[in-house]
Amino acid sequence: MSHRVINWFRYASPQTFYPLAGKLIPWFWALAAIFGVAGLTIGFLVAPTDAQQGEGYRIIFLHVPASWMSMFIYLVMAFWAAMGLAFNTRLSGMMASALAPTGALFAFLSLWTGALWGKPMWGTWWVWDARLTSELILLFLYIGFIALQAAIDDPRRADKAGAILALVGVVNIPIIYFSVKWWNTLHQGASVSLTKAPSMAALMLWGMLLCALACWMYSIAIALMRVRTIMLERERHTDWVRALLAEKE
Amino acid sequence: MHWNSLADFLAMGSHGLYVWGSVAVMALLMLAEPTLLLQGRKRLIARLKRQYRAERSEARLKSQTNTGGSRD
Repeated sequence: MSHRVINWFRYASPQTFYPLAGKLIPWFWALAAIFGVAGLTIGFLVAPTDAQQGEGYRIIFLHVPASWMSMFIYLVMAFWAAMGLAFNTRLSGMMASALAPTGALFAFLSLWTGALWGKPMWGTWWVWDARLTSELILLFLYIGFIALQAAIDDPRRADKAGAILALVGVVNIPIIYFSVKWWNTLHQGASVSLTKAPSMAALMLWGMLLCALACWMYSIAIALMRVRTIMLERERHTDWVRALLAEKE
Repeated sequence: MHWNSLADFLAMGSHGLYVWGSVAVMALLMLAEPTLLLQGRKRLIARLKRQYRAERSEARLKSQTNTGGSRD
């Protein structure tokens, strides 16, 4: 390489991002596996029983990471959508589309594990309170985004329409996050917050953070995998995709 | 190690159904998502290769039938 300085904007083009993403994917899978095994070992084999909730509290090691990811992926998706609207870059819309199904998956898992946690602890699978309802709306926002994009044939127009929906929906994220403070709800308060020390045992906290990291790595690996497929599909008329697939014959 | 026996571990202090129900669905979906993605990717690549082959043979046919005409 004769150039000393890496030109980061080079990676904004699908042609250069595609092979880079391909190289990164196995590393993110490896990290997801390592963090996942460590987190689940601590959470399910080592961490002590909860004084109030007995062993049922162990759902926290799945529920909290899934809920965090469902909200965080939405923010990242909205960020890429905004970048796409502002700069009209091809990669941005592809990134937003690649993130939506995984966000929907985590939103569903958050509701599912939440229902299975609520039944033994609150005596009910579901209540229409602020936290649960706003998380359900998040799931619908993801599904709406996917359906809207699927309904529009021209990918660039689909990106624009999806981006506007994604950006309007961002208002829901702080509502979910602060709902346990703003309203009286059955849902317990935050276990971990940015402003005060966590209200849980160190081992439980570590198990939860490691599981959350595993979900992060999983999401990155999956998003990169999906964005590569989207690139092939959308750029199928370009020379680089033709050359790439010709190599594989 | 927190547990005394496997039975203890599976029972989760009478919350086994809820805990393992969460674990099972999360594991299932997080395995299904990459599996479906890989399948979809394989299908797409096969489809694109077929399409490219068809375009190439069409172009070849055209150039054969056009033999008397101008080549550009």
